[in-house]
Amino acid sequence: MTTGSDDTMMLTTPFHSRIAAACELNSWGDWMGYTTPNAYTDVELEYFAVRNAAGVFDLTPMNKYRITGTDAEAYLNRLVTRDVSKIGIGRVGYTVWCDEAGQVMDDGTIFHLAENDYRICAYARATDWLHWSALGFDVTIEDETAEVAALAVQGPTSCAALTAMGLVGLDQLKPFGLTEFDFEGEPLVVSRTGFTGDLGYELWIAPHKAEALWDRLFESGEPYLIKPFGTHALEMARIEAGFLQAGVDFMPAEEVVRNGRSRSPFELGLGWLVDMDKSVFNGRRALQQELARGSRYRFAILDVDGNKPANHSFILKGNKQVGTVTSAAWCPTAKSNVAFAQIEMPYGAVGEELVAEIYYQRELHWTRVLAPCKVIDAPVFSHPRRRATPPGNF
Amino acid sequence: MTDNYDVALVGAGHNGLVCATYLARAGKKVLVLEANTEPGGCAATREFAPGYSVSACAQWLNQLHPTVARDLALENHGLQWAARELASISLDVDGQHLTQRGDYVEGGNITAADSAAFRKFHAKTTRYAKLLARAFEARAPKLVESNLTDRLTLIKLGLGLKMMGRDDMSDLMRIILINMYDVMEENFDNAQLKGLLSLDSLLGSHMGPRTPSTVFGYLYRRVGEVFGHAGHAQVKGGMGALGQAMAASARAAGVEIRLSSAVASIDVDAGRVTGVTLADGEKISAGIVVSNADPITTFERLVGLRNLETDTARRVSQIRCTGGTAKLHLALNGLPVFTGLQERQLGQRLVIAPDMNYIERAFNAVKYKEYSTAPALDISIPTVHDAGLAPAGAHVLSAIVQFAPYAPQGGWEAHRETFTQLVVECIARYAPGIEQQIVASELLTPADLERDYGMTGGHWHHGELGMDQVLMMRPFPGATQYNAAFDGLYLCGAGAHPGGGVMGLAGRNAAREIIKRGAAA
Ligand SMILES: Cc1cc2nc3c(=O)[nH]c(=O)nc-3n(C[C@H](O)[C@H](O)[C@H](O)COP(=O)(O)OP(=O)(O)OC[C@H]3O[C@@H](n4cnc5c(N)ncnc54)[C@H](O)[C@@H]3O)c2cc1C
Repeated sequence: MTTGSDDTMMLTTPFHSRIAAACELNSWGDWMGYTTPNAYTDVELEYFAVRNAAGVFDLTPMNKYRITGTDAEAYLNRLVTRDVSKIGIGRVGYTVWCDEAGQVMDDGTIFHLAENDYRICAYARATDWLHWSALGFDVTIEDETAEVAALAVQGPTSCAALTAMGLVGLDQLKPFGLTEFDFEGEPLVVSRTGFTGDLGYELWIAPHKAEALWDRLFESGEPYLIKPFGTHALEMARIEAGFLQAGVDFMPAEEVVRNGRSRSPFELGLGWLVDMDKSVFNGRRALQQELARGSRYRFAILDVDGNKPANHSFILKGNKQVGTVTSAAWCPTAKSNVAFAQIEMPYGAVGEELVAEIYYQRELHWTRVLAPCKVIDAPVFSHPRRRATPPGNF
Repeated sequence: MTDNYDVALVGAGHNGLVCATYLARAGKKVLVLEANTEPGGCAATREFAPGYSVSACAQWLNQLHPTVARDLALENHGLQWAARELASISLDVDGQHLTQRGDYVEGGNITAADSAAFRKFHAKTTRYAKLLARAFEARAPKLVESNLTDRLTLIKLGLGLKMMGRDDMSDLMRIILINMYDVMEENFDNAQLKGLLSLDSLLGSHMGPRTPSTVFGYLYRRVGEVFGHAGHAQVKGGMGALGQAMAASARAAGVEIRLSSAVASIDVDAGRVTGVTLADGEKISAGIVVSNADPITTFERLVGLRNLETDTARRVSQIRCTGGTAKLHLALNGLPVFTGLQERQLGQRLVIAPDMNYIERAFNAVKYKEYSTAPALDISIPTVHDAGLAPAGAHVLSAIVQFAPYAPQGGWEAHRETFTQLVVECIARYAPGIEQQIVASELLTPADLERDYGMTGGHWHHGELGMDQVLMMRPFPGATQYNAAFDGLYLCGAGAHPGGGVMGLAGRNAAREIIKRGAAA
């Protein structure tokens, strides 16, 4: 990957020529060193494309590592908290991995591509950690971040749009399933995964086919109202769907400098990803102790009164500050004001009523709102089409 | 599946036996499993030629902790002394030998100024060694999240530092991080004295006089004096007799010892040790497994890196544990003659380290995986005090040789003869004619020591005694209080705090930690 001639040190993805052309707002952000669009035309419209038609998101900057070798499964099983042996060939699993203090270093997905062949997608750069973790294992680790271009196609018409592009039979792919098509003589890996909580797919292809893939996708997707979307629209969708964002809802343990600022999987509501039946995995000893001793925090999804997003709010119980908000958004489809919060134990159990102390500014005028809120038991957006196979024709 | 034991202890080195004895006395059912045919580990006597025996590794007893010796009642269990309070004699080719014991030094053309300076230096370093001695008698405090016990230890260390007075304190902080060469140059003129003290600072290490951490190495050795050893002692029957006495004491306390029983794996499940599996496949279950084997053997070979969490595996893989020490054994048909030495002096500790650059050059070689062409030597002729080690009228000579690489280019077999010859020639410069007295010889390279006594790299301390690997860093962060990686898994050998030498504290401290944790162990 090369930098452009415009004196920037930012990397660009293989879709950049197409994205730049579509990015009317010329609004860019930095995702792990890559130039990525915050928004193309209008955040709300992009968001609605995801929920009502199909949205396309460039996720190439996602760190991708290929793990191969006879010990690949054993290696991953020691690395992550989940039981990797339960992720069959052609399946994808969401997981987290921890350091020895049982603190979450990152979350990501493991793709079981073939026997002894996996890809792990991660938020943070993990080369050194993956290599250290290979001591004693017969595995090869390769950073494929720049070798694999990736697009997410998300929304109710995504299946139809992709089928129209020639991915015949895609409707049979189950959630978290993985399959391969031929795209102009190049393998195109498709997984039924995504970060929007909607029906959706992710496409993985060699970089030299990236532009062709983009062009074909938008050509055949036109009747299905396909639209590119940027990180801001994704942010709304993922909050609505209840997905945590590394670096936002938790600090990757290796990046934390101050004592006590990292979180365990239990404290992030991700205890379901931890398989204590596994004899050994990173963080196990500390997590065992945490189970015995109790966690410090609880992850809570809050339904906040009013329509002011509770970004960066303190969460109060009476006069006592018991937590802080890590992510917040007004969620248009669910029509609710959602916040993710880190609440100190023992507060934050489902059903508990709390108060969000919200500050917002209009024309240099700051206002403070004490908005009642309630801990809810599930994300506000959940649609059956996300899980149905075939997904139905929208 | 055999009987259930409370504790399976891997290795009957002296630390293992000490640990086992204390545990058995605290009511635990302890099984010690030793790969070798004799107990004692590096406290071993070796018949290297028919009728000729020597201490295989450790030859001087100069650090054994008095409480350990008393608690194990070693003298009731057969320990006898061949000689005690021996002096160190730094040999000179022309016979101007320098003798040192405690704060006393004579000969070698030492000036009055240097002897006075040495008395002062000795007094000062004794104060420093006392501080270390206190720290060695307890578990090392943890670096972070210290609990009350640890804080007390730290406070005691801090108070100890303070009590020494400001000058001592700042001086200790200064010299502990520099090197022996500079400290010697600051204090003395006499080359032999500087050579002798420098050798003391790095025996068993992969370091030269100019290597940082050597001042710590020197104080480490001086802790023996704080423990009451005025000079070096020789055990009757060779150091193996100490191993035997400790084994006898352990058995009397109820410990079961199985020799020729190599452990193939330490078994773990769901965050706990479950027992061990022997090389022949036999499984022994135990809620506590204590390893007297070095940390690399324990974690890499017996537990397996893949059964460890990444951080631990990484730390284990980073332990510096390359030995640079060899041992030469000579069977002699008579007492050798050293230029300028009286016969009665032959039973003392004889050192060949004429000056610091001599040692530094010897060390240079091993940095490049070559052997020293003029090695520094620590020689014992044990038959002077203990005739039983050789046939009547014959003698044995044993030399600790600094430096020999663990794996020289081309392998040891290509170099064994030449290097043996070279060390003999080196001795012959001080003892002309000794070549003609040799009836048999044996060279134990670091690789041989590893093979025969089981310590990784053949390392004297089971892991380098560098500032990065001592006190609250020994053997590595996260394993500094004897327990590591799994509930129920403990280290009790030289690789753990405080370190190597026949001292017994690692074994005693580990036992105390296990007993203190009680059911939680
Ligand atoms: C050449 C040399 C000279 C030395 N000279 C001196 C000296 O003069 N004075 C002094 O105080 N110190 C000396 N030392 C250092 C001293 O000998 C050691 O530091 C000390 O003996 C270590 O004791 P330990 O009990 O911790 O370990 P060790 O004595 O090494 O005991 C470990 C035991 O574990 C056993 N073991 C390992 N793996 C297994 C397994 N898988 N299954 C079963 N058993 C196993 C080994 O066989 C061994 O018996 C010398 C060392 C060397 C190498």
